[in-house]
Amino acid sequence: MKNTLNKLAKYKIGSTLLLVFLTAIWSIPTVGLLITSFRRRDVAEVSPWWDAIFSPLNQAWSIDAFTNSLAGGGMFNALVNTLVVTVPSVVLPLLIAANAAFAFTFMEFKGREIYFAAIVALMIIPLQSALIPVLRAMVAFQKATHIQLTGNFPSAWIIHCSFALPLAIYILRNYMLSLPVSLIEAARVDGASWYQIFWRLVMPMSVPALASFAIFQFLWVWNDYLIAFIFVGEQKSVMTYRLLRLLGQYGDGWQDVAAGSFISLIVPLIIFFSLQRYFVRGLTAGAVK
Amino acid sequence: MDPLLSDVLFGILAVILGTVATLAMYWLLNKLVQLLPPKIQDKVKSLGFLIPAATLLFLVLLLPLLQTFVWSFMDDKVKSFVGLENYITLFTSPDFLSILINNFLWILFVPAVTVSLGILFANLGNQVGPTREKILKSLIFMPMTISFVSASTIWGYLYTNPAPGRPKIGLLSAVVEFFGGTPQNWLQLDNGRLNTFLLMAVIVWLQVGYSMVIISAGIKAVPEETIEAARIDGANGVQVFFRIIVPQISSTIMSVFVTVLILVMKVFDIVLAMTGGNFNTNVLAFEYYKQFFVNSNLGPASAVVTILLILIAPLMWLQIRTVRRQESFR
Repeated sequence: MKNTLNKLAKYKIGSTLLLVFLTAIWSIPTVGLLITSFRRRDVAEVSPWWDAIFSPLNQAWSIDAFTNSLAGGGMFNALVNTLVVTVPSVVLPLLIAANAAFAFTFMEFKGREIYFAAIVALMIIPLQSALIPVLRAMVAFQKATHIQLTGNFPSAWIIHCSFALPLAIYILRNYMLSLPVSLIEAARVDGASWYQIFWRLVMPMSVPALASFAIFQFLWVWNDYLIAFIFVGEQKSVMTYRLLRLLGQYGDGWQDVAAGSFISLIVPLIIFFSLQRYFVRGLTAGAVK
Repeated sequence: MDPLLSDVLFGILAVILGTVATLAMYWLLNKLVQLLPPKIQDKVKSLGFLIPAATLLFLVLLLPLLQTFVWSFMDDKVKSFVGLENYITLFTSPDFLSILINNFLWILFVPAVTVSLGILFANLGNQVGPTREKILKSLIFMPMTISFVSASTIWGYLYTNPAPGRPKIGLLSAVVEFFGGTPQNWLQLDNGRLNTFLLMAVIVWLQVGYSMVIISAGIKAVPEETIEAARIDGANGVQVFFRIIVPQISSTIMSVFVTVLILVMKVFDIVLAMTGGNFNTNVLAFEYYKQFFVNSNLGPASAVVTILLILIAPLMWLQIRTVRRQESFR
């Protein structure tokens, strides 16, 4: 015990200094962005942002960039649109994947291993491989039924939901495998149906895995540009789309983009820190041995 | 009605209706299965849980994948077959060879660097005590929540080098000047593909947090006895780390490596936002975007994706193997 304490004392200072140093380097881009977003444009264009660190009191601070990007840049509307794209794109694949993962974990059926291997293989299929055919199919569907999918939210939900399934099924099954089988068998003996076992037993016990996948999918969809650009587009533009427009429009008007970037990362940060305690537990069940 | 308000209402309604409809669908499927005679029921009971996922995977992933493959042998408007023409055009163009070189560099460096830094941060984090670890690791993880588009803007700002006579506001130029070098238009500098490496820094910066968190959990799960035993046998810190800890977390490292690798193959937003694919920084995923949206060449775009898929295919095998190995530990 004493030996361990000595070791701790020995390593702590060196390791702490090194890690603090590395963390500082890692934070430079974010700090630069934050400072830039709070400076007046005319100042930021002629003096580097680190000047503001050395003489914070002589600076012309301003929140113009935030008001600009929220109102003129349309970031507020984009924030709402992003939420509308993201929430169903997280909830629906979670439900669908949990059902599938349940069957893969607890039920016997022919070819189970092969189908699961196929799903693992599908995890690496890039989004791009399906876009042109799916876009064309949706346009054809619209012509036939007059239900608008593209240029609207549902098209993005369908794509995000489908492409999330392989990873979600994999993570959830991994987690479900670590649940006690005896509990499920006992419930079977007591006459519970599979449906009841899934909703009453397995879903509540799988909360860590559900939460960690939810974080992943939330970050992914929230920050996605490709799908939002192709399937949702200008009409209901999301934040990544707006940010790129702000960048293109002003060329060197970094402030608006910087402020917009901060607005766009507030929600993911809240989600991450509120679900953080589940994150590692859910992801690494089974994977870490 | 205000269009924004109607979008909000539409969104809330969609979440509720979508969830209720999904739940109802599973309930209904379950009821349908229960209507069957018991003998058949036992055989098809899993279908009630699998059909929705299988349908989506088939319609949105598998079928379009096959279609893309077929279309890669067709012309711009996918009206008639042109044989191997799209592939021949691609492989005989010097631009495309440059793209392949870039993709190769991304694959070679990004996952390895991301995993190594993740290991370093995780290992340091484990030594500094819980409170410091939590704060410092949260700061390193933070970039994970930033979009590729925002991150590219941030880094573009660090790399910026205004015209001569204009004030220097880019950090990289300032640092280089401080050490006596000459500032350049960094993103236009393709000697030794320097600009491609500058783009890679962005994704490494974003992904190290993920790599660190997962690997850190792996290190914490290594049994204390194995480390103690090695120490008693006289192993030093470095030896313990490479001989005792690393072998025990190899499957964790592997899964992080593959995850980052997959991401690297698909990434195009960084290229789009920082260089627009100019100055020899183009990659396959961005070339696809260009062929599809800028030039509307559906056949060639499909060929580019097919090449991307062929490059990724060995990873499928790697992925399945990694999963198998993890499961054999149970």
